[in-house]
Amino acid sequence: MNSLIRRGIYPLYCNTFKLSTRYFADEAVKEKIDQIVKNNKVVVFMKGIPDAPRCGFSNAVVQIMRMHAVPYESLDVLSDENIRQGIKDYSNWPTIPQVFINGEFVGGCDIMLQMHQSGELVEELKKVGIKSALLTAEESKKEGA
Amino acid sequence: MSHCYNEVIDDSDGCGAKFSVLVVSDKFLGKPLLARHKLVNSVLQEELKTIHAFSQKTLTVEQWKK
Repeated sequence: MNSLIRRGIYPLYCNTFKLSTRYFADEAVKEKIDQIVKNNKVVVFMKGIPDAPRCGFSNAVVQIMRMHAVPYESLDVLSDENIRQGIKDYSNWPTIPQVFINGEFVGGCDIMLQMHQSGELVEELKKVGIKSALLTAEESKKEGA
Repeated sequence: MSHCYNEVIDDSDGCGAKFSVLVVSDKFLGKPLLARHKLVNSVLQEELKTIHAFSQKTLTVEQWKK
């Protein structure tokens, strides 16, 4: 009888336990990401850090942010495997880098580049109260003329 | 996904993990960029698991003709 219980229930119990700890770990990562993107106007999840990006796509996003002089929070996914996978699940987006504005996923490198080229990025930043340096430069040019 | 044109460029030097695609489809009509990219991602969900770098351009037929 004892062995029956052991064979029958114990593995089941074990698996449920494993599943639930996994579930809580995922939830904790999700919660952490949630806090980060909601507490900062602009967040970039990238490979490496802004001063030393470790991927061409991440570097492109950093350069765009620099051009617009956007203050942003950055997270290096290479230093945290949980965040690296967690952010993909969170935004349902398969690649890094990922940019969030006002808690919302905006896009990866391609989208940022196209938004930069179309002028849409300046508008999006304006909505959250960030004035792009490109806009400031344009205005001072007009004033000078 | 029904589309009228696409182009895939393998940027990976043969390792098969780095691609750029151009997708032209009228399914993109009225969809913002993010929604277009998400549509392509969802179609390639399985493939993307093994792709490391993926870059896309998504145009409607009209945009493409320009």
